[in-house]
Amino acid sequence: MRKFLLALSASLCLALPAPAQESAAPAPSETTIAAPALTGLAAVIAGNAEAIARPSRQTIGPVVAAIVAAGEGAPGFLAAWADKRLGQRKSDGAIFVVEKQGADYALSDPVSGALAGTAAKAEIAEIKPNSGVRGLIAGALVQFQLSDPDPAQRRAALEALAREGGAEHLAPLAAAISGESDPVIRAQKERLLGLLTIRFGATPAARVAAIEGFGADMGLDFRAALNPIRATARAAFDGAPAGNVAKELRPGQGGFTAEEAYALLVAQGLAPKRLTRADLRAALEAHVENGAVGGVPLAALDDPAKRDAAYTALEAAGAVPAAATDDEVANAVAAHRYAEIYAEPEAAVTTAAAAALQSVSLKVDAMQGIDLGLDALSLASIYFLAAIGLAITFGVMGVINMAHGEFITMGAYTGYVVQLWIHDYTASILVALPLAFAVTFTAGVAMERLVIRHLYKRPLETLLATFGISIALQQLFKNIFGTQARPLTAPDWLDGAWVLNDIVGISYIRIAIFVLALVFLGLYLFVMKRTRLGLEVRAVTQNPSMAASMGINPDRINMLAFGLGSGIAGIAGVAIGLFAKVTSELGSDYIVQSFMTVVVGGVGNIWGTLAGATLVGFLQKGIEALNPSNTLAAQTYMILFIIIFIQFRPRGIIALKGRAAGD
Amino acid sequence: MKPGFLAKNPSVLAFLALLALFTLAVTLLSTAYGAEIVSTSMVKTLGKTLCLCLIAIAMDLVWGYTGILSLGHFAFFGLGGYMIGMWLMVARTREIVLASAAGVLPMTPQELSDAIATQIFGVVGSSELPAIWHFAGSLPMQLLFVVLVPGLLAFLFGWLAFRSRVTGVYLSILTQAMTLALSLYLFQNDSGLRGNNGLSGLQNIPGLAADQDHLSVWFLWASAVALGLGYLLASFVTSGKFGSVMRGIRDDEARVRFLGYSVESYKLFVFTLTAVIAAIAGALYYPQAGIINPAEMAPIASIYLAVWVAIGGRGRLYGAVMGAAFVSLVSTWFTGGRAPDLTLGIYTVKWVDWWQVLLGLSFVLVTLFAPKGLSGLVDLLAGLRTPWRGGTPLGPDDGSLREEEAVE
Repeated sequence: MRKFLLALSASLCLALPAPAQESAAPAPSETTIAAPALTGLAAVIAGNAEAIARPSRQTIGPVVAAIVAAGEGAPGFLAAWADKRLGQRKSDGAIFVVEKQGADYALSDPVSGALAGTAAKAEIAEIKPNSGVRGLIAGALVQFQLSDPDPAQRRAALEALAREGGAEHLAPLAAAISGESDPVIRAQKERLLGLLTIRFGATPAARVAAIEGFGADMGLDFRAALNPIRATARAAFDGAPAGNVAKELRPGQGGFTAEEAYALLVAQGLAPKRLTRADLRAALEAHVENGAVGGVPLAALDDPAKRDAAYTALEAAGAVPAAATDDEVANAVAAHRYAEIYAEPEAAVTTAAAAALQSVSLKVDAMQGIDLGLDALSLASIYFLAAIGLAITFGVMGVINMAHGEFITMGAYTGYVVQLWIHDYTASILVALPLAFAVTFTAGVAMERLVIRHLYKRPLETLLATFGISIALQQLFKNIFGTQARPLTAPDWLDGAWVLNDIVGISYIRIAIFVLALVFLGLYLFVMKRTRLGLEVRAVTQNPSMAASMGINPDRINMLAFGLGSGIAGIAGVAIGLFAKVTSELGSDYIVQSFMTVVVGGVGNIWGTLAGATLVGFLQKGIEALNPSNTLAAQTYMILFIIIFIQFRPRGIIALKGRAAGD
Repeated sequence: MKPGFLAKNPSVLAFLALLALFTLAVTLLSTAYGAEIVSTSMVKTLGKTLCLCLIAIAMDLVWGYTGILSLGHFAFFGLGGYMIGMWLMVARTREIVLASAAGVLPMTPQELSDAIATQIFGVVGSSELPAIWHFAGSLPMQLLFVVLVPGLLAFLFGWLAFRSRVTGVYLSILTQAMTLALSLYLFQNDSGLRGNNGLSGLQNIPGLAADQDHLSVWFLWASAVALGLGYLLASFVTSGKFGSVMRGIRDDEARVRFLGYSVESYKLFVFTLTAVIAAIAGALYYPQAGIINPAEMAPIASIYLAVWVAIGGRGRLYGAVMGAAFVSLVSTWFTGGRAPDLTLGIYTVKWVDWWQVLLGLSFVLVTLFAPKGLSGLVDLLAGLRTPWRGGTPLGPDDGSLREEEAVE
């Protein structure tokens, strides 16, 4: 029943407008009255209605140009066209912007946007231009967007052009520059015009001028525009190489082998394929007769020479097609010339691009060096932070604390727990730093009291006992916090990076860690050189028994020094946790590097630790830069380097001298 | 009269007898040769434990007797395993390739080696045998490499380290760095040893039609023989003058040097010898384990080795064996999930989670209170006691008088 009603209403709807149109069509007075009003865009649309309704990529160009030239209302019309929002009324071919309204279309005038009533579905043919035409329309639209009063629109248009600009955009872009009021956008437009000219400029001279206009600009976009110009492909030639030759190749020289040359010939159809081992095998297997192939018994065919002989026999018998022999291959290779050919046909452009890339690459290399230096510096500060506590305990007491890494982890977990309670990240970090120090200081003092003080005479056993604590703590963390990574979130103002240009940039967290490392360096120097505690620590470091004779209590000093070193490890843990994953293995990832830092730097001297951290950090980044695909190899080579370095300075970069240096 | 070898090493006979008894008992209880009480996997575990005891002896020689705390001996253990593993893999893959060869033509040597390479290196996206696998098809060469490669590495490393007089904790850190570098290198896929996949399928011995039941017992025998020979060798090395110099180096290196001994040569010899022993232990261990990957050579493994020796008691060969056997077997029991949970009112202690904590703490306790380790029990049985010097030291230095000594 409902279906029937629907059908009825639909047929009614279809029927109703028809008489109205019939009445409108034969009224010539209306068209004659309207005709003088058709100016500008409306006239263009009316004049090209058929072409607009059924556009084709080849023929629509002039129509689009005419619409663009008509001015007022063109952007809206073009946008509607590209978005498939236009429709043509079948009865008179008039074009409207249409919008579905239930079963009908609401029509509006394409120029003014004024409503023009509704039409039934059957009355309207939707206009659906294909993607080629839509691209043309979008290209035409760009020039309107480029001079749109809204700066955001202009920027969006520039971004779109930067992605998929073409030759047809050169003129509109050039035209849009003079009217630009915003200096930033104007500069962007000029830059984009230069880039587009490099790629699509009409004459080689214009392109060369555009390339030279950039000078030694380091922008990624400039290099991206140049690189395709410098792209080459290898080709073989019967005579002299044709085209824009980059370099002529001779087989057997400069990494271009005769094999490659022959493969090139085969690929270009200038020579027959060689017989591969698999083909040879297949051909022989296909011609087995009485347990032999070409007179050679099967059992003997595990010898490559015998297989060749069998194939030659089959060839002679005409059973298999002739394959290129080594002689033929050599002759074919010698008979041709080979060259690398630029995809870009204009030699002037490729030369200019080469020159520009040359000057750019020098500058880029320098910038990459700076960037690498910044990276290395931040890595060095991390190692310094991780190692400074170790340096104190090792330097003052000669104790290697294998649980140092677990103190780092403990600091990071303290930060995580604090963030569970305090949700404001800035406040939580400010609370976490001193709290981490307090927690790890306590743990360090407890460890010194309970374990280490009984083992001062046995340094190797201290190493093992602290290792026992290390594995116990690590498993304890796993039992408490689980094995998955816990979040330790940096406050918003540490997000993001300080970007100097396309190449040099460093994240704020790393800068903060660098600053933290500097603060600790200053703090350490202050405590050691300017306080009573520092004086006593230095005295105990140099000669414990003499210090004891002068009324210093070495036990107390050892305890405080150990606590201090552990506390700094906790703070380093918070800092590391901000950018690394907080797991129970966080500390052990840094522990070997920390040892390296201390050992390379030399014991008992903060400058040694600093030098060690710098060396290890820069070395690791440097090796990674030489072999960027493989960080494992970088670590391997770094450790090897350190092992060899120790050969020449067994006591580190800055070694204690005299009796204090021990045995 | 000069005392004989056995007189100087009273533990050797007892040890060998116990070892023989143990092997006989396991054989008679095994699935292959006897009462089927001890399962094949248990036989394998026991065989592997014997190999661990062998490397513990090596560690005891280098640390307990010479005072070099090497945190890198598991690298040599692993290298030995890799060397024998290469042969096992190639030989077994060759059998598989030949068995599954399709087509009427016999394979050329080139085709055969290509097929083997594709089988082995398919997992790391390569189909060529790296140059270091050149001799992998030959058992005698690979057996030679088991000794040569770790031996040369240890010689080179030791020569560099001892020559520049790196001692004490520095040397420990350096050996740890060496292990780390090696395992990181092997973790790379293009290192030529299958990256972190390691070598696998090593439990099948090519050319032998025996099943795992028999094979495991044979490996137990081989491991027992190796352990017995290793014990003899270690006793021989430590009992003569050489042993005295080793202990001298441990106690005061500078004095031994001033007495005219070339301390560096002694250290280098001990370091290299123990590396070779470790490699042989590894070559016996990994065919029983069936798989080897670079994680086995991580620094932590070598530290555990030191833990075994410390818990067993340093400076005595049987101490090292006791420590390795005890800790690794107990560890297997706890981490294997067979230990019953301990219910403490509100919290249930699951040993899989808490075993490491227990191990770490007991290790600290042993270091603090029982520096002699388990072998201290032997002393206790024999009625030996350390003399009591009495009281707290009067000064902070090593040799300072103690309260009660000063009174006398």
